[in-house]
Amino acid sequence: MLQTLQVERRVDPHLSIDRYDPEAELLLLHMGPQHPATHGVFRMDLYLDGEIVVKAVPYVGYLHRSVEKLCEKLTYSQVTPIVDKNDYVSPMTNEQAINMAFEKLLGIEVPRRARWMRLVFAELQRIASHLLWLGTFAMDLGGALGGGSTVFIHSFREREMIMDLFEEISGARFHYNTHTIGGNRHDIPAGWAGRVKHALDVIGARIGEYEAMSLHNRIFVQRTRGVGVIDSSLALELGLTGPMLRACGVDHDLRRDAPFHAYDEVPVNVAVAHGGDCLARAEVRFAELRESVRLVRATIDSIPEGSINGGKPIKLPNSIKIPAGQTYVGIETPRGELGTYVIADGSANPYRLKIRPPSLHALSALPYMLPGGTVSDALAILGSVDPIMGEADR
Amino acid sequence: MNVVLTALVTSLAILVGVLTVTAWGIWFERKFSARLQSRLGPTMVGPVGLAQPLADLMKLLQKEDLVPEAADRAVFNLAPQIAALCALGAAAVVPFSAHIVGAKIDLGVLYLLAIGAVTVLPVFMAGWASNNKFALLGGMRALAQSLSYEVPLVLSAMVPVILAGSMDVSKIVEYQAAGSWIAIGPVWLGLPAFVLFLLAMLAESNRIPFDIPEAESELVAGITTEYSGMKFALFYLGEYVHTLVASAVAAALFLGGWDGPFAPGLHWMVLKTLALFTFVYWVRWSLLRFRSDQLMKMCWYWLVPISVALLLGAGAWVVL
Repeated sequence: MLQTLQVERRVDPHLSIDRYDPEAELLLLHMGPQHPATHGVFRMDLYLDGEIVVKAVPYVGYLHRSVEKLCEKLTYSQVTPIVDKNDYVSPMTNEQAINMAFEKLLGIEVPRRARWMRLVFAELQRIASHLLWLGTFAMDLGGALGGGSTVFIHSFREREMIMDLFEEISGARFHYNTHTIGGNRHDIPAGWAGRVKHALDVIGARIGEYEAMSLHNRIFVQRTRGVGVIDSSLALELGLTGPMLRACGVDHDLRRDAPFHAYDEVPVNVAVAHGGDCLARAEVRFAELRESVRLVRATIDSIPEGSINGGKPIKLPNSIKIPAGQTYVGIETPRGELGTYVIADGSANPYRLKIRPPSLHALSALPYMLPGGTVSDALAILGSVDPIMGEADR
Repeated sequence: MNVVLTALVTSLAILVGVLTVTAWGIWFERKFSARLQSRLGPTMVGPVGLAQPLADLMKLLQKEDLVPEAADRAVFNLAPQIAALCALGAAAVVPFSAHIVGAKIDLGVLYLLAIGAVTVLPVFMAGWASNNKFALLGGMRALAQSLSYEVPLVLSAMVPVILAGSMDVSKIVEYQAAGSWIAIGPVWLGLPAFVLFLLAMLAESNRIPFDIPEAESELVAGITTEYSGMKFALFYLGEYVHTLVASAVAAALFLGGWDGPFAPGLHWMVLKTLALFTFVYWVRWSLLRFRSDQLMKMCWYWLVPISVALLLGAGAWVVL
């Protein structure tokens, strides 16, 4: 199942600067946390020889909000809106992951309708998230005052459509709080399926345009091919998941390999690319965009009838008590495996809640990918990682 | 006395004209890019946002003038002024019509190229004097880029000079008015030279896909990182004027300048200049940017050999 890929050399990220070249004077460039291209508040120290990055040291934690500790003080039903803010580009998958963990501990069977709805939400969210990635990546390559921002604003225009759809469901455009323990909080409004299909018609037709602006653009290919190469063994070692891993030729996707929601009933075509560079990551995400459009088209009309919540209705926040136990649930978000590890002690609050963010693991590959490239490459690589600092720092 | 007065009035008119066109060129670019991105662009100040340049100017005038503690003060303050001066100075020899020329000098093309070469100086001054690593990297890239692209720029500008047998821009336009525009005749020589000139011009005026010195997603704002208020505005102005004047020069050297039927020469010149200006911004808002080493490679592997070949071709064409 695993295909290995040969790269010429692996740079030791813990290379001591003194050992690099004692004669050379290195320029230490603090990139971030207030840098226009660091995707929020991410900082990396780049040691430069001319424009070549010799060593890169990433720093996370500028957006740490103590979510995990905070959750220990909240009741189970209050956790959902908090974790919404972790991966603020795909809130739907956050709340799904956390509620699935609680459901597993409680042993609640989620009704089939709710599981199908969750699938549709997750796939729509994936489209929205990848559109945002495309925009920010193009902006890293092309500048906020240039062709990059053209791609950015075009992809945001389509992302709006999905946010409008979610607004119809939950009343919120961004932090939905629409999942709850045992199922969903809000049912699908009348005529929603038709509007989804309309949005998909528009988005599906425009994916080709985005490809023309990026994958088929010579400058884009020149800037991304062979940049930030990572091989599959290192990727597995670092715990990379999602498009980062699949771009290294590893055929791994939890939607197919460990089905959750209703993915066991709907076959998923997993996109894999070889090369492990920024271009391969872009190819994987484009293929996933198309696949998500296909998946939503295939499922939106066949959402079964029935109840949307399998648990008993929550009247008071602390009316839910989870018996002592622990569990891990991992689901495939647009960025990879989002894991939730919960230890319950029988009270109304989780004893410990640990979130495994895919972005943090993806960022851990930076010290291996950046050395050898230029400053421009560093930003291209960072963009291709698609990090969400809210999730990495929590 | 009369000569001096005429020269003063003409140059003042050209100065005001260039600045006005630049100010509303910026407005036009904002509207144009907005439509390209399915936005509206400026709408609030005046009808269709037409007073936006004035509002921008007022805002920039009111800003605090910051000079970093560690900056080299004199050089830091001088750089934006030289940038704007160089850009405006180049407008002096561009013939806007058969009669509207700031200064008719025999070595007009040489003067233009010389001024163009000096524009790298303020960029490097700003990069060095800011005492900021991002600005320094920007200045370093700008220096390498401008010096490299100077070669194809000069060589491709020599093609019309050799064909017309004069370094006077007005004479070159007259030559084209008498025969055919250099971009289309002889087409195998003129068109590639025109394309090369355009590319080198984009690189010289730091426009996407060659805007590496101020690559704001990488270098924050490159050389202008530490500049604020009117100093920043002068850089900004210098850049736009540079693009505008370079478009005018390209129009004069390759597209027949003021030559055209039915309408007075000035109209044709303005039309051609603005068409090229629009082209530059069209490219800017549609393409991503190169990496600096790719840029150098393109220059030295492709543009320089081709422009040398074109120069030889032009010589052969004239001799034979």
